[in-house]
Amino acid sequence: MTEKITVALAGNPNVGKTSIFNAITGSKQHVGNWPGVTVERKMGKRVHNDLEMEIVDLPGTYSLTAYSLDEIIARDFIIEEKPDIVVQVVDATNLERNLYLTTQLMELGVNLIIALNMTDLSLAKGDRIDADKMQEFLEVPVVSTIGSKGNGIEGLLDEITKEFHRPQETDNVFTYDDAIEKISQDLESVLESDPFFIHYPSRWFSLKLLEGDENIIRKAKESDSYHGIEKILNKVDAELLEAKIADQRYKTIQTMLRQVCNINTCSLSGSDMVDRVVTNKYLGIPVFLSLMWAAFEVTFTFATPFMNMIDIFFGRLAEAVTNVISVPWLASLVGEGMIAGVGSVLIFLPNILLLFFMISLMEDSGYMARAAFIMDKLMSRIGLHGKSFIPLVMGFGCNVPAIMATRTIEDTRDRLITILITPFMSCGARLPVYVLLAGAFFGRDAGVVIFSLYALGILIAVVSAKLMRGTVLRGEDTPFIMELPSYRVPTLKGSAIHMWERGRIYLKKAGTIILIGVVGVWLLASMPAPGSNAVFASDAVYGTTQSVIGVIGQFMEPLVAPLGFDWKIAVALLFGVVAKEIVVGSMGVLYGAGENEDNLSQILAAGAMTPLAGLGLMVFTLLYAPCFACIGVIKRETGSWKWTMFQLLYGTSLAWIFAFIVYQAGSRMGLLV
Amino acid sequence: MNEKTLDFIEPDTSVKVLKVAGQKSSRKRILDMGLTPGTRVDVVRRAPLGDPVEFKLKGYNLSLRKREAETVLVEIVE
Repeated sequence: MTEKITVALAGNPNVGKTSIFNAITGSKQHVGNWPGVTVERKMGKRVHNDLEMEIVDLPGTYSLTAYSLDEIIARDFIIEEKPDIVVQVVDATNLERNLYLTTQLMELGVNLIIALNMTDLSLAKGDRIDADKMQEFLEVPVVSTIGSKGNGIEGLLDEITKEFHRPQETDNVFTYDDAIEKISQDLESVLESDPFFIHYPSRWFSLKLLEGDENIIRKAKESDSYHGIEKILNKVDAELLEAKIADQRYKTIQTMLRQVCNINTCSLSGSDMVDRVVTNKYLGIPVFLSLMWAAFEVTFTFATPFMNMIDIFFGRLAEAVTNVISVPWLASLVGEGMIAGVGSVLIFLPNILLLFFMISLMEDSGYMARAAFIMDKLMSRIGLHGKSFIPLVMGFGCNVPAIMATRTIEDTRDRLITILITPFMSCGARLPVYVLLAGAFFGRDAGVVIFSLYALGILIAVVSAKLMRGTVLRGEDTPFIMELPSYRVPTLKGSAIHMWERGRIYLKKAGTIILIGVVGVWLLASMPAPGSNAVFASDAVYGTTQSVIGVIGQFMEPLVAPLGFDWKIAVALLFGVVAKEIVVGSMGVLYGAGENEDNLSQILAAGAMTPLAGLGLMVFTLLYAPCFACIGVIKRETGSWKWTMFQLLYGTSLAWIFAFIVYQAGSRMGLLV
Repeated sequence: MNEKTLDFIEPDTSVKVLKVAGQKSSRKRILDMGLTPGTRVDVVRRAPLGDPVEFKLKGYNLSLRKREAETVLVEIVE
């Protein structure tokens, strides 16, 4: 009979945890969010020696003191869910800092196994690490692995099986000086006498109390014995103790390292040489901008032919299906509703796959940390982190993958703000609207107008970020304390897995919302308004005054009239929520220009709309609710309808206000008439 | 005395950490990252825009904003 066990993978960021996870679980993995929060939860299965292992990839953490959501999740999982085995993946090229987490895992008293990873790189550096001696010193199993090549994985699984069948009481090899040990023991005896603390390892809990961990102190205050705890804590100088505990942990690590390995520190490593160029005072920014440009180019230029192919394919498919189905309304539902809907979801897939391939290369090579390092000063001005820069730039291509790219931002508040302002980055789909309107009204100045719209988007994003920092998402600035990992050669397999994972998430989650939205709009546009005697889903109805959406458009007319828009624009904007490209097409239909954009341009220029209203419409298109795909992704990435609605309402209000100012102020001043 | 805060140290200088002050949450984190009293830290470089700053300690590279570096009291070592 197979037994089921849970194995948690813990470790610092950038230690190759993901490659170990991929090597163990292969294709049997799934991704979801941790219950209640938006941090990703990766799980996978593996059967080994009659043991069914559920592997949980915990977020990367430097210590078990919880500062960020990631760390709280990792810590809570280990304490509350009590996995049978915890495997800590340790970067062999960066032992000293990595083993700091080990000290805390051991204090927790978990069944620990150490996967000494990237041993090939440490060997290449000239380090010699004696894994057996390390095992002896730490009294926990130590297995050498090379996650990227899959080496040592079987050995690791064997060790997990062994450890499960005979869990060992690990003696704590990390001890502190007598003064700390004395106070810790006093605390431990109080904790052990109170059943309230039964779930917590008392040694770990007492050390956390001594370190002044706020979450732990809050927890302790709920107990009856807090008075006793407080009495002990009042006797100590918390700040001094906190430094001493960290210091002594590192001292023990140093003692061990002297015994078990010979670390070569004198050579100038390859990373330092690369960094001399990449983060150079003068070259740093040009190199960064070139790489950004290359990533942007690959993502959006390479994707275009594939997007066109998908577009053409679905266009033909819809046409073919429409011809085959003889019931007009059904043909329209399947063709213009469902197939067009699926197409509008799939069309972003090349973008997403390529973008995530590029991001994965940048992350795995270690460049992403440098990008954050370079851009942090700029981004901190608006209260964000250096890592927010890349998603924002990507937003110029398409907001959908850009919002997914915010996953590289660890701090939840920074990430949320970045998600909320990304839609103000004018995406590629808005460009056709600008080209049409600027071309119709501004002739030679069209370029300046379009450029100003991009600039306005950036300005609104920057100001919004500052505003949100100061109001709805107030909080102290997250400290920028970041490791700059060594450069490594990314693996094709790792990047491919990452790319596919993102693509799958997009299709699954965003897809459902987009589809529902698209079909919903089709229904509204096809249904004759009550009281009209038109036929359901005939061309005479679709999107005209006779359709439900036409009635809605007319109903909305007073709302958009102060902006200089008529009901046709209102309908076009409503359709634009499905996809911004549709705005132009809808206007073509509604103004009777058909699909021909030159016709439409002439009709508009001939007075169907004033130039001021045209400018306002461009501003409105830039700022108002993003497309369905984007809304779906905002919902998925924030995990909250509240924030999704906030973005929609905030953006749409801004759009209205700005278009109003443009139109009203412009007409008062007699501009552009 | 040669005591200075870490944000004032020029690149290519080595220092020894004396004390970490500052806000509770960032102080703890800085200590966890290994900037404990007595640790030798090499100041590597500043970012192209002047902030943050890159340091080398315990065989790895760490970056702090000046605001955080300001809370670390150090002395210059030869």
